[in-house]
Amino acid sequence: MSAVATTLQIPRLTERGRVTLGRVVASEWTKFITLRSTLWSLGVGMFLTLAFPILFATVTAARWSHLAPQERADRHPLDIALAGVSVAQLAIAVLGVLMITGEYSTGMIRSTMLAVPKRLPVLWAKLGLYAAVSFALTLPAVIVAFYSSQAILDRHHILQISISDPGVFRSLVGGALYVMLVGVFALAIGALVRNTAGGIALFSGIFFVIPPLMNILPSNWNNAISRWLPSEAGRQLLALTKDPNRYAQWPSGAIFLGWCLLAVAAAAILLRRRDV
Amino acid sequence: MIEAVELTKNYGEKRAVDDISFTVRPGVVTGFLGPNGSGKSTTMRLILGLDAPSAGDVRVNGKHYAEHPAPLHEVGALLEARSIHTGRSASNHLLALAKTHGISRRRVDELVDLVGLHDVGRKRAGKFSLGMGQRLGIASALLGDPATILLDEPVNGLDPEGVHWMRTLLRQLAAEGRTIFVSSHLMSEMSLTADHLIVIGRGRVIADTSIEDFVRKASGDRVRVRAPQAQRLRELVLADGVSVTSTEADVIEIEGVTSEHVGELAAANHIVLHELTPLQASLEEAFMELTRDDVEFRAAAA
Repeated sequence: MSAVATTLQIPRLTERGRVTLGRVVASEWTKFITLRSTLWSLGVGMFLTLAFPILFATVTAARWSHLAPQERADRHPLDIALAGVSVAQLAIAVLGVLMITGEYSTGMIRSTMLAVPKRLPVLWAKLGLYAAVSFALTLPAVIVAFYSSQAILDRHHILQISISDPGVFRSLVGGALYVMLVGVFALAIGALVRNTAGGIALFSGIFFVIPPLMNILPSNWNNAISRWLPSEAGRQLLALTKDPNRYAQWPSGAIFLGWCLLAVAAAAILLRRRDV
Repeated sequence: MIEAVELTKNYGEKRAVDDISFTVRPGVVTGFLGPNGSGKSTTMRLILGLDAPSAGDVRVNGKHYAEHPAPLHEVGALLEARSIHTGRSASNHLLALAKTHGISRRRVDELVDLVGLHDVGRKRAGKFSLGMGQRLGIASALLGDPATILLDEPVNGLDPEGVHWMRTLLRQLAAEGRTIFVSSHLMSEMSLTADHLIVIGRGRVIADTSIEDFVRKASGDRVRVRAPQAQRLRELVLADGVSVTSTEADVIEIEGVTSEHVGELAAANHIVLHELTPLQASLEEAFMELTRDDVEFRAAAA
């Protein structure tokens, strides 16, 4: 038997700081970039944002001579440029949910809340970080998508618009804002539900199940309700021309933002109240 | 320093912690002992502000945990439940926690070395064994160099070398003047590390005492005597409340008297003693005796 009383050198710490919102953001950034799932989701999301417009433009150009005049009239170059957004939003939504539910499913949330026991700074940091990242990635992606799809269409001399045409740049920015708010909404849903499958199911229900259900209603009811739904209001951010059955771009965007703030407020209240 | 006052926690109908009060002092290792399901982990979660108490109050270093502007510098904790994202490496996990307090990457590296995870620091934590997970938990508890350290079942999953390392670490941390609060359901482990014991059963404090007192109280007065005239001594000592058992002709075990009494009695009657030993119950026996009525899950008697 070893009689050697080993002593450990436990290093002491001289610098002593305190928790600040800026530091919590730095911590969340470290968490964000040190998970493969983050990089995968963002990569897939941005790939789809670019790939769909290129695919749509290529197919449209190839089939253009076979299209009836009515079909030609239905094709709009901005719809093609923003075709990836409706698919990319899924990747952004899933990652938004995962950013918080991943902590609950693995137990990381306990470490997080021990370091930041006031809890709310964690929510603000995650929301701010994710909103900034998704906007900062999506805006260049839709602009590149716009120019790439235009370049393909240009070779066939069809469907040409300019980014300086009225409303075009605004719609591209609207597309990036839409994706950003989808991320915020999904993250808030994740914080409310605290479960990955449940969070994704709830998001999908709100965005992909409720809107088509509205078609069951008489059309005047449908229009009166649909314009207030988060998904439908949010989609107007991308619209170049106003849909007569919806509110205009920015008022609709404000409705979607309102839903996001509501979800965030509910998440914040429950985060404070519930046991971790 | 941890001060709990009339602390209570209900989960729905079930009362997990029932009106407990205790103080954990700096400079010693305080063991928090109880059978599974007795409320140890819940109490730890209440101390750390993860759960809100249903009634009562608990402060650590003078404040509620959440009121500390830099909690990791005040309190370090290793929870029993896993508290790490499985997709992140040990180093990055610690770095993310360090950043909330502006603690440097150098500190993270120091602690990864201290707990012996140097070679696997970049590996995803999901691939860690239980023992490696515990070591990582220790590193995160020590990250902020805190004055108070809470460890929930820290030797779970450690190999013998790891258990020894943990004991050395705890003793040293206490010697540095820190408050060390360690839970366990293993009495034998506590006896080797703890100076003071808080025993809990079914959410209530059963004992709050030093290790020595705990054993003394649980042992009662039992004395073993080896003497050629053991049978004569047996007749002399027998009285109300005294029982004697014998395994060999010259050995008796007497229950209900002190060794002093037996020695004096033998001297007065010129009985030669070859051995006179006060017997201690083992800590395990003492613990089981104390918590017998408070064990929540018991194997049904056949």
